[in-house]
Amino acid sequence: MRLAQHMAVAAKGVRADCIEAGEFPELAQRYRVMAVPKVVINDRVEFEGALPEREFLQAVLRAVGDGPEPAA
Amino acid sequence: MTAMAILTASDEAAVRKEFERFGPHPVKLTVFSQELVAGDLCRQNEQLVREVAGLCDRIAVEVLNPAIDRERAAAYGVDLVPAIAVEGARDYGIRFFGVPLGYEFTNLVDSIIVASTGEPALEEETKTALGGLARPVHIQVFSTPT
Repeated sequence: MRLAQHMAVAAKGVRADCIEAGEFPELAQRYRVMAVPKVVINDRVEFEGALPEREFLQAVLRAVGDGPEPAA
Repeated sequence: MTAMAILTASDEAAVRKEFERFGPHPVKLTVFSQELVAGDLCRQNEQLVREVAGLCDRIAVEVLNPAIDRERAAAYGVDLVPAIAVEGARDYGIRFFGVPLGYEFTNLVDSIIVASTGEPALEEETKTALGGLARPVHIQVFSTPT
């Protein structure tokens, strides 16, 4: 996913891993990857499918505890 | 012996076209290979990276074996193979795990270009918010080649 890599370039503390789920079944299982793309941020926030930039950013901020809590 | 090319002539033409946007910084692709763990995939990954690097003289390639080059692989945070680290003016923390084919290939080429420019295509608001992050962020994107 393009956004993750661009975010990594934008800020020093951001790392973006692009993982071929089929080649790493243990990792895919650990993160319960049922559909792709699946995004996991800091092992705290996850979503499936592509999100627009603004929503992706909100997910990043939630993952570091700086953003609004997800709706229950 | 030369293995059959992974990229077709039309793939190469498309990548060359993309590389017209190559920025001021040279790019280094560090490939992580370990024959004993995933020989076929590692060879395929390395070949793919070399084919891409062959299309632009500003891309350098280095191959590391995490079992031998342990400290360097650890510094890159790479403990799985095959993998690729994409670096430009600095190590931006862009990693690919698995052979980036299909959709992931487009992503690899895009990563090379953004690493070469150092200028992410993001809204100002996003860049500002990311610049103010208090803690490290680790984004893992699971994908498939199709």
